[in-house]
Amino acid sequence: MAHSSAGSVEQYNYDIVKKFAIASLIWGIAGMFTGVWLASELAWPFLNFDIAQITFGRLRPVHTSGVIFGFGGNALFATSFYVVQRTCQARLAGSRNAHYFMFYGWNGALIIAGIGYMMGITQAREYAEPEWYVDIMITLVWLVYFWVFVTTITRRNQPHIYVANWFYMAFILATAILHIFNNLAVPVSFTGAKSYSLFAGAQDAMTQWWYGHNAVGFFLTAAFLGMMYYFVPKQAGRPVYSYRLSIVHFWALGFMYMWVGTHHLHWTAIPDWTSSLAAVFSILLLMPSWGGMINGIMTLSGAWDKLRTDPIMMFMITALSFYGMSTFEGPMMALKEVNALSHYTDWTVGHVHSGALGWVALITIGSFYHMIPKLWNTELYSMRLVKLHFFVATLGIILYITAMWSSGIGQGMMLREFDEYGNLANTFISTVTFMHAPLVARAIGGMFFVSGMLLMAFNIYMTIRNAKREPAVGSVAQTVNA
Amino acid sequence: MKLKHEIFETNIGLLIIFTMIAISIGGLVEITPLFYINDTVEDVRRADGTQAVRPYTPLEQRGRDIYTREGCYNCHSQMIRPFRDEALRYGHYSLAAESQYDHPFQWGSKRTGPDLARVGGKYSDTWHVKHLVRPKSVVPESIMPNYPWLLENDLDYSDIQARMEALKKVGVPYSLTQEEYDSNVKQFGKAVADKLDITRADENLVSEAQDNNRDGIPSRITEMDALVAYLQMLGTLIDFKAHDEHEFIKAR
Repeated sequence: MAHSSAGSVEQYNYDIVKKFAIASLIWGIAGMFTGVWLASELAWPFLNFDIAQITFGRLRPVHTSGVIFGFGGNALFATSFYVVQRTCQARLAGSRNAHYFMFYGWNGALIIAGIGYMMGITQAREYAEPEWYVDIMITLVWLVYFWVFVTTITRRNQPHIYVANWFYMAFILATAILHIFNNLAVPVSFTGAKSYSLFAGAQDAMTQWWYGHNAVGFFLTAAFLGMMYYFVPKQAGRPVYSYRLSIVHFWALGFMYMWVGTHHLHWTAIPDWTSSLAAVFSILLLMPSWGGMINGIMTLSGAWDKLRTDPIMMFMITALSFYGMSTFEGPMMALKEVNALSHYTDWTVGHVHSGALGWVALITIGSFYHMIPKLWNTELYSMRLVKLHFFVATLGIILYITAMWSSGIGQGMMLREFDEYGNLANTFISTVTFMHAPLVARAIGGMFFVSGMLLMAFNIYMTIRNAKREPAVGSVAQTVNA
Repeated sequence: MKLKHEIFETNIGLLIIFTMIAISIGGLVEITPLFYINDTVEDVRRADGTQAVRPYTPLEQRGRDIYTREGCYNCHSQMIRPFRDEALRYGHYSLAAESQYDHPFQWGSKRTGPDLARVGGKYSDTWHVKHLVRPKSVVPESIMPNYPWLLENDLDYSDIQARMEALKKVGVPYSLTQEEYDSNVKQFGKAVADKLDITRADENLVSEAQDNNRDGIPSRITEMDALVAYLQMLGTLIDFKAHDEHEFIKAR
């Protein structure tokens, strides 16, 4: 476990961590609200209002970029800088300008990209929609990020590099490679927005889903495992369950993830062997994934009572449970026979959200509730609100994924149904009609989750406001921090 | 077993190098061969020996640009899988050859609406125009947004040559020189080669739009003209009746 619980505020650079943390919350609310709006457009299409900028096709990337790179990205900048400083017992490397360049560069790039999508400027590659000039901005920010993170590690006052930092480091490296190769494109002109991708057709599809799945694997998994490896033991007041397990699953996860992207292309016009290979590795990937989950959950052994008493711990352990569930569901959906039904349906959307809301968002929320009071050297405004947030968020996720199972599996079954003469039993549009009720339920699930985020924003706002009023630590709420 | 893992944990340089190795192998093994294995993209030819699949005409390419601009790929796939229900619903399964000039590919990942890989020729131009302006007017249960601006906006084709030149740089055989044109004549036949000539792009685009008048407004070239031109050619280039049923299975 981290060797450093000591360390004054002055020892570390918390200013940049605070900025990224607040930005993450703002993006979280904006991005998730956009998600709820999109879900509502599907349930009640009049909400498109014939306004080009907010039609589903243009607005969806605003949601995906907003939550993945805005909420998730800023959270990773914030927590990685917090964790690397505390576990290395070293102040963050780089000048103030370098830190500001990362902060304004990253968030500026996202704002430019988001406005661009609404104006119809997009590469039309999922999760890689930003056009070439935003891609260049992101690349520059990322190089500085890599430099700052690695340099901080070289200045550590500990012989060992703590496990959380391995994961963050792997995430920074892998994201750089994926981002650069998947965004190779030729601009129509250097004064215009439009570009055409370097690759075409089958090769382009392979590159895109190599990127697409490993954005999940490294951005949304490895990095958040880094977060987990610091904040779960810290909040539990226990050491990481198994040192050996963390080593084995780190290398296995990093190696195996890169093979599985092709399971997004089962039964499509790519060579069968790539698809089979991806299916095999998807099944194998269950083991390192569950290695991480077990290591996280078992860290609580000897302190299980915290699950009753500590709402922050509830967020973290529920996050790990959703991680375990979606990393079981994923390999199952990567089986060609299952994929034949699930692909192209809402089942995929539900699966993504059980990972994105259940794992990524919950572990971030839990970590933030732990970290933010520490950053401002205070206590959380209200632990009861944290508890309420937990139940609202969890209910929202359950409603969301259950609705998507119904809609996705239902549509998949209907589309392959034949009548007694061997004709198709259902038209496509009849499956659209069938999906109305689940789509409404999904939108409501999303509303629950956003409500939870609003509770959190209020709680954090009050926490920071109180901290600014009384410089010393006040016992506003009952503390459960170890 | 004593783990000698300490060497990685105490040396960030080694940790970075070995992580790079670990994460590079998968992509290298699965993706790079596809650029070298000729079977990846089938060689589909017509009876006269010319290539069945051709690059998009200037008007179609502008239509495709609008397709990507509006984010159609978020709800529509262009990839028919080899299943009986999909064969009945959409037609012959998609070949890699059919998207070989697609920068970027638009196979999609979600069917909130039906697959469009072979939508070409399935409905009339009038149907497409009505449907795009207000989908409910032809499919009452549809949840697709209205796209009335496609009919309101004149098509901007001022940079069509620059767009084709960019596509040429990424490998689409549009021609600039006489030599390239001649090679296209050999590969695709004269009629197609004429359309792929960048120097004649503007006149080709205008005449294709005016001759077909897909938007029903003869006096203008709208974005609707381009988008419908693109939709109406999707999946129409290969005549599957002229090929043996099992011919394409080898490539998979």
